[in-house]
Order: sequence, then structure tokens, then C-alpha cells
Amino acid sequence: MPKLHLRANTFTLLQTVTSVGLSAMAWVVTGVRPIWNGSQPSERQRIYFANHASHGDFILLSACLSEKVRARTHAVAAAEYWGKSRLRRFIAEDMLSSVLIHRQWTDETQNPISIMLSVLDDGHSLILFPEGTRNTTEADLLPFRSGLYNLSMARPDVELIPCWIENMSRVLPKGQFLPVPLLCRVVFGPPVAIAPGEERRTFLERARQTLLSLDPRPDRDD
Amino acid sequence: MTLPPMQETVILLVGLVGVLTTASIVAGILSWRAPKPLPSTLVNLTQRINAWWVMVVAITVAFFFGRTGMTILFALISFAALREFVTLTHSRRSDHWVLLGMFAIIIPYQYWLVWTAWYGLFTIFIPVYCFLLMPAITALNGDTERFLERVSAQQWAVMISVYCVSHVPALLTLNVPGFEGRNLLLIAFLIITVQGSDVFQYIFGKLFGRNLLSPSVSPSKTWEGLVGGLVASSLLGALLSFLTPFSPLAAAGVAFVACLMGFLGGLVASAIKRDQGVKDWGHLIEGHGGMMDRADSLVFAAPVFFHIVRYFWT
Repeated sequence: MPKLHLRANTFTLLQTVTSVGLSAMAWVVTGVRPIWNGSQPSERQRIYFANHASHGDFILLSACLSEKVRARTHAVAAAEYWGKSRLRRFIAEDMLSSVLIHRQWTDETQNPISIMLSVLDDGHSLILFPEGTRNTTEADLLPFRSGLYNLSMARPDVELIPCWIENMSRVLPKGQFLPVPLLCRVVFGPPVAIAPGEERRTFLERARQTLLSLDPRPDRDD
Repeated sequence: MTLPPMQETVILLVGLVGVLTTASIVAGILSWRAPKPLPSTLVNLTQRINAWWVMVVAITVAFFFGRTGMTILFALISFAALREFVTLTHSRRSDHWVLLGMFAIIIPYQYWLVWTAWYGLFTIFIPVYCFLLMPAITALNGDTERFLERVSAQQWAVMISVYCVSHVPALLTLNVPGFEGRNLLLIAFLIITVQGSDVFQYIFGKLFGRNLLSPSVSPSKTWEGLVGGLVASSLLGALLSFLTPFSPLAAAGVAFVACLMGFLGGLVASAIKRDQGVKDWGHLIEGHGGMMDRADSLVFAAPVFFHIVRYFWT
């Protein structure tokens, strides 16, 4: 099993500077404000799962967590993208302390579920984007991959918190690197748990609908 | 650096701090005697008064840095207002560079024109050049889906939140004979009468409001509130004429026109919010909604006030 360098309970200096700097930047650009609508800020172990349309999503979500919680919360990112070059790996792991997983894996040491479980077993929390990729379609939310279900089956004590990230796809669309300042909110919803005997697909669709229902936009025709 | 004239500034500050302190004390006593949990009107009142304190401090600090301070302060206000405006309106992924240009080019350049007092370009940069070039860039991008709607929203966004707002610090560039070095007081006069008019309209509306002025646009604007607010703020304007180059009667007249424009600005802002299905522009200021919720009246009043002063007094 590859050694992860995020076992420490606190950030390195570089990670602290990065996290404070990015949160400040997120506030300047988006005025980001958390809305706790069904759950409360807490230091307990959680999997925050959110809609994904932009690299900025994880920055925005972490900006809504306290510094203490942030130091023990890691975003799950695709190794295919973030492991591509040494620079990207440095940004993802050494600066942002994310967990890199392979979407396509062959070697058992690359099994994403075991990698994510090992982080949970260290008492840390995860930020997960269950759509599996950045959503560039017109649809509000893509179907969920099964990771969320598998993790929750294996560690039922970990709370699953749906987080709706508003507007970030307009701030920093896929393929752009300069953000447009727009107001963003992150809505944290009520925890979702697998009901006894609930089927994988049923659960994933229910989790997806819970996340969708957090979208605070008024109903419009666009 | 133009320092504000001392005597008037001290009178102004003492007056403002006096009014706000009274307001805070009254709100404190009301909250202390009210049943707990506090009714939402009272919570909102306290939040509004606190936000006023912040605004008075911000403007006072900018005041002492003269033209530079005012230009930077209103550039930041434009930034916040533009961000709210663009957030609320429809845009598509292909608009990214135009939207970015509004923040990264139009705001800094317009305020640079204010700071260097280049009046000729200041008045036409947005209504002529940006007006023509922004849709041209959008067309070059080739995305025609809801083209006119997107382009119009962009035009409105820069006109309202950048062009109109920039007329406040632009007051510092006017040469009023016999009034040299005192232009900062014109800004104080404009802001106090227009924001005061908002408060008066609110109070008169709450006390005597019977007949809704435009029920389909705003459920809170009444004829009684409007008339009471305009009369009170015109009197306030006459009272503050010592700040200005105007005679007391002219000051009342100028305040009347500015506050009437301010009222219309609030009405238009309500119509836009209603059209977009929201109650507030944003969440910047606790209790006040967004920047535009506070600045909508100033936005409409500033250009007209600027041109009245420029036409009759320079």
C-alpha cells in the first residue's frame, strides 16, 4: 500500500498557508457564505459530498469549514488528472493535502475504496464528489458513482453530509483559470444514511435527490 | 491630497455619531424591554444600525484620504455591486471573458478616469465604447443562445454598478468657483440626503402608509412614505446647505431631485429583483442584504446630482 502523506493530525506549514490563503481568496472572489440547513458545523468525522463543476468547488467547501476541521478533512481527487505531472501532484498532495485515487485501477494497491477507508480509519474526514467528474452538461447533477455507498456500508458511523455548491461553475468553468467574481453559497443539508436493507441504486439516487433539493435558486425557466 | 475642510467635517461627524448613538441607544432599550426571543423587526433594526456604523466609519476613513480614498472606496463598492448584479442575471460559459473584463478592465479604468479627472472619456467610456465592444466580443464568441438578453444584462450591470456609482467620487473633479478644496462635502451632502430619504420614507411609510404606490413592484412603497420622505429630506438638504455652494432654497431643490431619483432607483431595483425572483441582491451586509440593496437609490441619484452641479454651479 502506498504511503499517504496526510496521516498527520495537523497541516504542514505549507498546507496551513495554502489553506488560509485560498479561503481568503475564495471570500474576496465569491463572498462565500455557508448555510447550515439541516446540519451544524461539527468536528465529528464526516464525508462531505457535493456537486462538482469546477476546480474551485473544493476550495469553496473547505473555506466554509473551521480551520481545525479543515486540517483533518481531505478532498478526494482523480489521480489520472492530479498525478499527471510532478507539479500537479505537489499542488494536490503537498499543498492541498488531497487524497488521490485512480478512477481506472488494476493493481489492488490502487483500490480507491481501501485508500479512502484508510484515511477514514485515521479519524479524518473526506470531501467527495460522487459524480466522479466535473459536470459540464446542462443537467444540474449527474448520476452518482457507488463510492459513497461502499464507504458508508464499510463505515456506517461516519456521517454523510450533502453540500450544494452554488454558482462555482460560473465562477471558474472547466478549462478556465481566471475566476469571475460572483456570489457563492454552500448549503449543508441533513445527514443521509443507508436505510436497513436499502439497495445500492436506491440509496445513491436518494442521496442525489437530497443534494439536489438543497439548491436554493428560485425555480426559473433556465 | 485634498484634506476635507475641518470645521464642517467636525460638525458632520458629531452630527452623524450623535444620530447613530441615539439610534443605538433607542434600539438597545427597545430590545431590552421587548419579549424574548426578539421580534424580527427589532433584530433587523439593530443589524441595520450596526451596518450604518460600519458605513459611516468606512466613508470617514476614505474622507480623510481625499480623492484617492474616495476613488478606491467607490471602486470597491462598484466591485461588490457588479458581483451581485452579474450573479443575479443569466450568463453562459461563453461569457466568461466578457464578465472577467467587466471586473478586471472596466472597473479599474473607469475609476482611473475619475482619479485623473479625465471628464471627456469618463462620460463616454462605458456608454459608448463598452456599449459597442462588449456585444461585439460576445458575437465573436459565436454563442447566440439568448444573445440579446445576455448582452443587455451585461450592459445594465456595468451602467448601474460602475458608471452610475463612479459619479459619486467624480464630484471631486468639479471646479465650483469659490468652493475650491471643499468638494468632499458635496459627497457628504449627496449621501446623507439620499440615504436619509430612504430612512424617512421607511419611517413615514410605517407610520402613515396607506396607499400602495406600485403594488406589483413593491409591497412596502407607499404614497405617504414617498411624500413624507421627500419633504423631510428636502428640509434636511436646506439644513445642510452650509456644506455646499447652494443657497438653502437651492439645496432643498437639489436634495428633492436627488431623493426623487433615489426613490426611482429603489423602484427599478425592486422591479429587477422581482423579475429575477429574489428578495435581496446578496448577503454582504448583515440585515441589509447586499450592497445594491443599500446603494440602489444612490446609483440613480449620483449622475443626476453630478450633472445638476456641473451645469448650474461650474
